[in-house]
Amino acid sequence: MLGVKNLNAYYGRSHILQGVDLEIRDGEIVSLLGRNGVGRSTMCKAVMGLVKPHGTVKYKGENIAGLPSHAIAHKGIGYVPEDRWIFPSLTVLQNLQLGQKDLKKQSRWSLEDIYQLFPILEERSKLRAGLLSGGEQQMLTMCRTLMGDPDLIMIDEPTEGLAPKIVELVKNLISEIAKRGVSVLLVEQKLTIALKIANRLYVMGHGKIVFEGTPQEFQKNASVRKEWLEV
Amino acid sequence: MEFYVISLLNSLVFGMLLFMLSSGLTLIFGMMGVLNFAHASFYMLGAYFAFQISQFAGFWTALVIAPILIGLLGAAVERFGLRTVHKHGHVAELLFTFGLAFMIEELILLIWGRVALNYQVPSSLDFTIFRLFESDFPVYRLFMLAISVFIFVVLYLLLTKTRTGIIIQASLTHPEGVGMLGHNVPRIFMLVFGGGSALAGLAGVIGGNYLMTSPSMAILLGPIVFVVIVIGGMGSLTGALIASLLIATLQTFAVGYDYSLIDLLAVFNIELGPEPWFPDLWRIKVENTGPLLPYLLMVIMLILRPKGIMGERES
Repeated sequence: MLGVKNLNAYYGRSHILQGVDLEIRDGEIVSLLGRNGVGRSTMCKAVMGLVKPHGTVKYKGENIAGLPSHAIAHKGIGYVPEDRWIFPSLTVLQNLQLGQKDLKKQSRWSLEDIYQLFPILEERSKLRAGLLSGGEQQMLTMCRTLMGDPDLIMIDEPTEGLAPKIVELVKNLISEIAKRGVSVLLVEQKLTIALKIANRLYVMGHGKIVFEGTPQEFQKNASVRKEWLEV
Repeated sequence: MEFYVISLLNSLVFGMLLFMLSSGLTLIFGMMGVLNFAHASFYMLGAYFAFQISQFAGFWTALVIAPILIGLLGAAVERFGLRTVHKHGHVAELLFTFGLAFMIEELILLIWGRVALNYQVPSSLDFTIFRLFESDFPVYRLFMLAISVFIFVVLYLLLTKTRTGIIIQASLTHPEGVGMLGHNVPRIFMLVFGGGSALAGLAGVIGGNYLMTSPSMAILLGPIVFVVIVIGGMGSLTGALIASLLIATLQTFAVGYDYSLIDLLAVFNIELGPEPWFPDLWRIKVENTGPLLPYLLMVIMLILRPKGIMGERES
């Protein structure tokens, strides 16, 4: 579904992504692990067209590198950024409605689905999104992206700063997303969710992929964990 | 009593005209981060275009056509100018709009000359609607007020009740976030820039014949419009409305007071000596400080509340 080859990206003179190769197949949950600052978020942003990519980003066989982000979203990729980017002055419902790219297209996710998954969003549908708690904002951002009916969703650090109870909700939602045939790229620093639900893992270090394998292969490889993940 | 009622009505008319100008500017800044120095030039062009069109097609045609032309011109400026300059940063954008303002002024001088145009209120709107105390209230002022209020209502409904309006509101906080949800943000920028320019043009059409249509009209009103959006809070439409009415009220009422600091001291039985420091300063009358007051208010606002009355941004 997504094939990234020799992807490079820069912030000014800083060379952040240094030839990243990564693949996500249909219906897979792939986790991208790594310490802070190794380029995981930049990877997502380069795929999404928010940072200028140098290299090949093939999605469903088409090179999408260099397309504007709105065009990439229309191709079927959704992105949930780490800092959420909720629209604080809009209501929860308006935030969700904004996620719909094409009002005429039949979506995997209806507003009723979202409300069934997270009744709190229905209860607060008329409230300004800026007044939600951190966990509720995380739910809202993920659901807003789902309303656009992506075939591939990239979720950046969804559990960062959330209470264990909310982390469990996030984990369940990601499983539900995969069940509906959506591929997932889960960017995480911690292994909490990644080892439980991912089909494959990538570990990044210094702007490159330093490990690729299944969660079982990862658990057998203590040196990767020690060298690239432990603080 | 007469002074208060008439001044209040005039403040309302002038305030709503200011709002029509500042609403576009504040939305453009809020969304794109562009401080458009050429905004008041679109207001000036609106008046000149309206004068020219009304010469052969009448005022009512000009009222519709001139803002549309200015809107299209604004959209073209965004699409072919600002969007290209954008990648070089905000300073380049600022200089671009600065240059554009000078260019428009020079073009106006070349085509229409230095002298003020004889752009008159149409005869169908040139009569007194009512007499209040000893003063006549021209119907044209009421017409200006009606147009401004109508635009405010339309703008409010557009921004709060339509999908496009919600996308615009969202773009005020996170344009990148709106883009990655599949909305074409550059096209929305063009729409807002064009719409904002059209509103400035409309203000020129209805304000040009009421105030004056001359090459200096942009420089006379432009700085005040910037003051409005700073005081109101950059990017806030409600803030722009409050600040427009506040500044118009301040300026209109100031004209009616001929008190000076000497008069104020006299209330407390304080007399200045025969040779006080800065003798002229004590004699300045409130009526002469009208043009200064908006800037004074802006300086105070920037010190006490830099994000303005309703603004979200600190810078």
